[in-house]
Amino acid sequence: MNILEADSDRLLKAVRALLEQKGIVSTAEVAERMATTDNASPGQGARMVAKAWLDPAYRALMLEDGTKAAEALDIPMRGMPPLGVLENTTDLHNLVVCTLCSCYPRAVLGYPPFWYKSAAFRARAIRDPRELLASEWKTIIPDTMKLRVVDSTADYRWMVLPVRPAGTETWDEAQLSAIVRDGDMIGVTIPAAA
Amino acid sequence: MFAPGETVRVKDEWPEANGPVHIRTPHYVRGVTGQVVRHLGDFPNPEDLAFRRPAERRALYHVRFQKGAIWPEAKPDDELLIEIFGHWLEKP
Repeated sequence: MNILEADSDRLLKAVRALLEQKGIVSTAEVAERMATTDNASPGQGARMVAKAWLDPAYRALMLEDGTKAAEALDIPMRGMPPLGVLENTTDLHNLVVCTLCSCYPRAVLGYPPFWYKSAAFRARAIRDPRELLASEWKTIIPDTMKLRVVDSTADYRWMVLPVRPAGTETWDEAQLSAIVRDGDMIGVTIPAAA
Repeated sequence: MFAPGETVRVKDEWPEANGPVHIRTPHYVRGVTGQVVRHLGDFPNPEDLAFRRPAERRALYHVRFQKGAIWPEAKPDDELLIEIFGHWLEKP
């Protein structure tokens, strides 16, 4: 049989049965990973950001250990790379890129946008990030602020904790999490109280 | 081990010139001097993992570089923060 021409559903079933038979991966583990992948979306990261804006102890935990902070909100992290969180301030803006491939904090943000993997985004993000953010996202980083480009090159995955926008002082967690987008959590955009 | 705040230089080595390799050190920081921010933990060496060789756990650091040290036209205060394995770092 030519494996390239085999019926893919049957092939998958056969490989999964073999993995189980050989004790490499159990059915339950496959189901758990599928659920993790299905549940991963920017909404998960947005919940973390909203909670961090309201709860200083949670914010401290998130900056210390992103994986623990995600797990505290029941976001499954088992088998996922360690999550690091970098805080934006009024003096510092973080932008995440992976120049070597496409490392992205999938556990809390889901699949990366298509352009995240493009050679153009990767090259421009490290070489000319201010121009990139201004021309593609209308995100203007003032000259008085430091821009820090985080090249995600190895075992961690990095997400950005944005600055809580002005005008949201009375908002609750649900209202806050609703305005946080995926781009805000890798630093290409900045959330606003719109 | 390198301590937070320590000045380090990324080795100016190009093993990809000698054959197939898997390297997690971006080319644009080879030979560039930066500062250790912190030790992130120890992880199996990806250079061996990629070829299914036994992989020793190696120290991984977050290292900060001034943009101006890499590209002259960059805003000098802007910086790059990169994960780099200890075996790629040396004291300048």
